[in-house]
Amino acid sequence: MAVTHSLEAAPDLTAFLKRRPGQPPTLELLVKGARCAACLGKIERETAAVPGVAASRLNLTTGKLTVAFHGLSTANPGAVVATLEKLGYPAAPYDPGQAADALDREGRRLILCLAVAAFGAMNTMMFSVPLWAGLFGQELGPATRVVMQWWCALVATPCALYAGRPFFESAWRSLRAGRANMDVPISIGVLLTLAISFSETLLRGRDAYFDAAVSLLFLLLIGRWLDHQLRLRARSAAADLLALQGASAVVLSADGVEHRKPLAEVAVGDVMIVRPGERIPVDSLVESGSSELDNALLTGETTPVPLRPGQVCRAGALNLSGVVRLQALARSEDSAVAAIARLVEAGAQSKSKYVRLADQAAAIYVPVVHTAALLTFLGAWIIGLGPREALLRAVAVLIITCPCALGLAVPAVQISASARLFRRGVLVKSGAALERLAEVDHVVFDKTGVLTEGRPSLIDAPASTVALAAPLARASSHPLSKALAAEAGPGPRADEIVEHPGLGVEGVIGGRRARLGRAAFVGVQGRPSLETELWFGFAGDTKIRFRFSDRLRPDAAEAVAALKARGLTLEVLSGDAPFPVAMAAESVGIPAWSAGLTPAEKARAVAGLQGVGLRVLMVGDGLNDTAALAGAHAAMAPGTALDASQNAADLVFSGDQLGAVVEAIDVARQARRLAMQNFGFAALYNLIAAPAAMLGLVNPFLAALAMSGSSLVVTLNALRLRGRA
Amino acid sequence: MILAPMSVFLGLLGVGAFWWTLSHDQYEDPAGDAARILVDDPEDRPRLD
Repeated sequence: MAVTHSLEAAPDLTAFLKRRPGQPPTLELLVKGARCAACLGKIERETAAVPGVAASRLNLTTGKLTVAFHGLSTANPGAVVATLEKLGYPAAPYDPGQAADALDREGRRLILCLAVAAFGAMNTMMFSVPLWAGLFGQELGPATRVVMQWWCALVATPCALYAGRPFFESAWRSLRAGRANMDVPISIGVLLTLAISFSETLLRGRDAYFDAAVSLLFLLLIGRWLDHQLRLRARSAAADLLALQGASAVVLSADGVEHRKPLAEVAVGDVMIVRPGERIPVDSLVESGSSELDNALLTGETTPVPLRPGQVCRAGALNLSGVVRLQALARSEDSAVAAIARLVEAGAQSKSKYVRLADQAAAIYVPVVHTAALLTFLGAWIIGLGPREALLRAVAVLIITCPCALGLAVPAVQISASARLFRRGVLVKSGAALERLAEVDHVVFDKTGVLTEGRPSLIDAPASTVALAAPLARASSHPLSKALAAEAGPGPRADEIVEHPGLGVEGVIGGRRARLGRAAFVGVQGRPSLETELWFGFAGDTKIRFRFSDRLRPDAAEAVAALKARGLTLEVLSGDAPFPVAMAAESVGIPAWSAGLTPAEKARAVAGLQGVGLRVLMVGDGLNDTAALAGAHAAMAPGTALDASQNAADLVFSGDQLGAVVEAIDVARQARRLAMQNFGFAALYNLIAAPAAMLGLVNPFLAALAMSGSSLVVTLNALRLRGRA
Repeated sequence: MILAPMSVFLGLLGVGAFWWTLSHDQYEDPAGDAARILVDDPEDRPRLD
């Protein structure tokens, strides 16, 4: 299928080109909707055919398209995006300043350590299984035993020393800070095990635990890698969401040419053009043009505010009807959000003090186990068993109470939980987020964008009428027209389109002239112009009225009922006027609500609730929620939220179902239950194993069995989370 | 008697091969590499770094 490239209509995206010295410029785009081989082939073929493109390659796993151009002068990134849109794949550029393609070094290091540990564990076991057989009466001469033990040592020691590096380094850092984290007993255990196994081998003894040392590292590295993958996937998905927000502005250069610049590069005094349907990029002064602004994301107000030359408008407001020319008053990072950002900082700091479950367990585990081992050593010596036997028993205590079950318990559960939530469209940013979500007992909702969809939708319009107006609606960037076009679905556009800012759009559909827009523009006499209406008519024909409203999310009432059934108390905090807030709160069934709140007041309200001991889940989407989101015990934001809110939130849910909040809480609670079960099992296991070790009942075979057995039980228990539909 | 060191050596080769594939970014796009065999294009496109 040949695609014609209309270079004139393409946006100017040269600011997004990645320029490296001595190499051709490249462009990185996030492409949505590519799923199969056919998409891959089509995308790469068509984008490579765009003039100026040297090569193009799509990463189907991440959705990232990398396009290389021949040279800077012939590079036309806008044409690439236009081509993709024509093919049906929306694409958004990555900001070249952000490390969107940062190599996952930590993950690579971990997986290499895991591979080495796996190799070490399996090959050491090749030599230690004969040793185990020798423990049960099989014929194993002393010479053979020594050879086997030396082979174990040869394979296990380098593997353990290499694979244990993440633990050794972490333990060293922790000790230097004066604390002992979970990695300290692991490191001590591994090193001590290796040392004593060497001494046993030299002294022709029985207890060589080389395989236990490497297996321990192998199992713990699995847990560590799972935890890392969870955070990595969340981080890259979060970055993708930000790329899709299209953080750029159209700046007019001195010679009157329009360029699209990333937000971070807009300087004070830059002249910008903002069209209807776009957001104000930075705090600015209106130079010319008049329009209406939708401040929903800033204050929650859904009534549009008029904008005239000489007025100041703030970043994030949506421009509704007219093209305006603005002069930037502040840089993106210095705009009115600065005060909110400070509040966010404070909230984030309190969040980082949250002690994770695993760390809480470690705080008990570390001293208890070390004391037990020490007591065993002293006790055995006192009884008269001799230093070697005493040391053996102490090390056996350290090995058998190995934290591999603990190290695996929480990551295994959390990755199952986040995978399940991911399939439902909920992105979990970290394991700690899940833990905090499980503890929540009070939910605070924002209104616009959370309880409601945050965008206008058509009421009561039959499909045939919508289809009539659709060709014109598709051509306009006014939010109401976009809602109409979304309702109609993809289709043909009208011809000879002329957009009259602030009034409407006119064009030719099937040979007949038609208009879509305000009542007066379309030719309806004597009707007031309402913001929530669009009129449509063919020249000389009857006129049709379309009404819009900000609908409540389809399942909002059910979700609220479900939350109440789970014993949570609910509240609505909004910046919008009292009447719409009261209406919305009553329709979903939440009796407690407050309206007209500023961002600082919202944050204070949340802090107040937490001050009386409630643990608050905040669900919000706009700038006025960001500080509250950061200060709450747990925070969720919808995928349509402002970047700042998504950054401050712990979980991001996509789609229009509020049921995602209920699902997230359920999964978080179940995850906590399973994690506790796992801890309980680990504690029980240790209570049995430690005395057994103290009594000298543990041999290398038993140690290996116990270690793998406990890890297996813990992992299988964690998988129960995935099983539920 | 040479079987034991031989098998360990083969295992080491495996780990080495894994490290080589890891350092050449072969695991960056599993879905794309799987899909690419089905694409009928005669031109084999090189990977961009």
